[in-house]
Amino acid sequence: MSLPFNYSTSLGTTTLPNPILTASGCAGSGKELAQFFPLTELGAIVTKSIMLKPRSGRATPRMAETPSGMLNAIGLQGPGLDLFIENDLPWLADQGARTIVSIAGETVEDYAVLARRIRTQPGVVGIEVNISCPNVENRGLVFACHPDTARAAMEAVRRNVGGDMPIIAKLSPDVTDIVQIARTVVDAGADGVALINTLLGMVIDTRTMRPRLAQKTGGLSGPAIRPVAVRAVYQVREALPNLPIVGMGGITSGQDALEFVLAGAQAISIGTSTFGDPQAATRIKSELETLLIERGFSSFSDAVGYAHRAENV
Amino acid sequence: MSSINKRAQQIMAEIISNKKVGAYHHITLSVGEIAQLIRPGNFVAIAVGGADSRMVLRRAFAIYKASMDPLDGGIVELVVAPHGSGSTWLCNAPLHSKIDMILPLGKAFGIPVEPVNALLVGGGYGSAPLFGLAEALKAKQCNVDMVLGASTASKIYAPQEGKRSTNSMIFTTDDGSLGIEGMVSSVIPELIEKNKIEIIYSCGPMAMLEAVTKISVEFGLQHQCAVEESMACGIGVCMTCVLPVRGEDGVARMLRTCIDGPVMEGSDILWNTGRTVPSEVWGA
Repeated sequence: MSLPFNYSTSLGTTTLPNPILTASGCAGSGKELAQFFPLTELGAIVTKSIMLKPRSGRATPRMAETPSGMLNAIGLQGPGLDLFIENDLPWLADQGARTIVSIAGETVEDYAVLARRIRTQPGVVGIEVNISCPNVENRGLVFACHPDTARAAMEAVRRNVGGDMPIIAKLSPDVTDIVQIARTVVDAGADGVALINTLLGMVIDTRTMRPRLAQKTGGLSGPAIRPVAVRAVYQVREALPNLPIVGMGGITSGQDALEFVLAGAQAISIGTSTFGDPQAATRIKSELETLLIERGFSSFSDAVGYAHRAENV
Repeated sequence: MSSINKRAQQIMAEIISNKKVGAYHHITLSVGEIAQLIRPGNFVAIAVGGADSRMVLRRAFAIYKASMDPLDGGIVELVVAPHGSGSTWLCNAPLHSKIDMILPLGKAFGIPVEPVNALLVGGGYGSAPLFGLAEALKAKQCNVDMVLGASTASKIYAPQEGKRSTNSMIFTTDDGSLGIEGMVSSVIPELIEKNKIEIIYSCGPMAMLEAVTKISVEFGLQHQCAVEESMACGIGVCMTCVLPVRGEDGVARMLRTCIDGPVMEGSDILWNTGRTVPSEVWGA
């Protein structure tokens, strides 16, 4: 008799029963998806990126569908830290969900305050540091686009969070060398990286002859960006083979997820495909498990980074 | 505030009829028992384009009618305008094809407890959900008047059987090809006075809903309108279908029309603010 497949994975000091997560900003508060499946089915729920103060987000139109993808310019609409701690986190904890809280700051000090308040909340198993949201007023404020600002934000979080809680830096693909940024955040104390955030894009409406989105630019997500994401995961894994990577970018099936695992992702986030199919994450979870078993893997961790093996293996 | 429609389920529904009616398609789907949970104003979110579709987002469609048919079981009827690539795909979907849909979604129209004189105003295919609403109001002994407007006659959706649930029906068209030439707003004030209207329900393009809101405010009437904002998911996760709406506390917030709507009180909406966030909005 063969042993059951071991689907568990770890991100730093946190062990998860399976590697399938939501992507930040693609699971609402959790309540919206909970009517389609129990949130405990997933390795963890990654919340929308929370900021210190309530935020209305951007004007509409905020969204444009593109071939095999979409542009969004939500602009981090959310209740702010206080209401999030009061309402959203306790509810997730009641469900038994493992929660990775995504945080986004306008200043380095914001990141420090957010991390300090979040680390002691119930049900929180990790912190994602979103230093790469493209929908900010000043593109110069995308922390992940410059090694110095990326380092400052991560150091602020690390100073406030002990080693028992993993912190994961979410990086932007809109850089010349993502490996350099990954090295920088690891030096500053990150336990892992989330790859990739959306790519900055634009759609022009040929009827009005103006940019479709009110904010003009938006973040491109969906299957259209998948090869960019797989490449980023592969490159970072090659340079930093022991660094936990959360892979994401247009994953719609177990087959897609397997590409990321082979490239080196220790966990998988499901984002835009949830918009098209609320049960995408749980479906992908079972599809990926089947594919790994079919390929003879007895545990998930054996498959992580398997595409990097020598040619003759 | 936020009230997720807890009845929503994701199902595969078979198309059992697909007919062209004027500029629209009347599509009937077999949905089973869930038809009983649908209320006028609810909508469905449909995955379009098939398995290898390059269209990754769901499309929202208002429900024209939901019923338990003695022959076909639970059915949902939609009236779809083939506008974009998603709705065109649905209109061209062959008989017996299976459609991935989530239903029922959104907040339904509120039905008064006591009989009232109600005016229903529809624009284009926005008239579709009003016929189910008219039936529900009739069942409460309400007096139901209806005004339907469109740019031209072929874009008025008013099936014969729908007329049975109304006491009167007036058409307006921009080109005068059917009924009165002009917009719905030109005939509403007179109707309100003549028929002692106590509540207005509306569904159609945003400009029309805004015009009807102005009239409802002038007459001090409640106005429940079903708004139409483009959605990516329909279930409250994507945050793209928001509108600035004033709450009971007087504070305006960007609310999701898929969860806090599509039916909203017209006078609570900060109209015509597209492409900007008004400074009075919470968190702006």
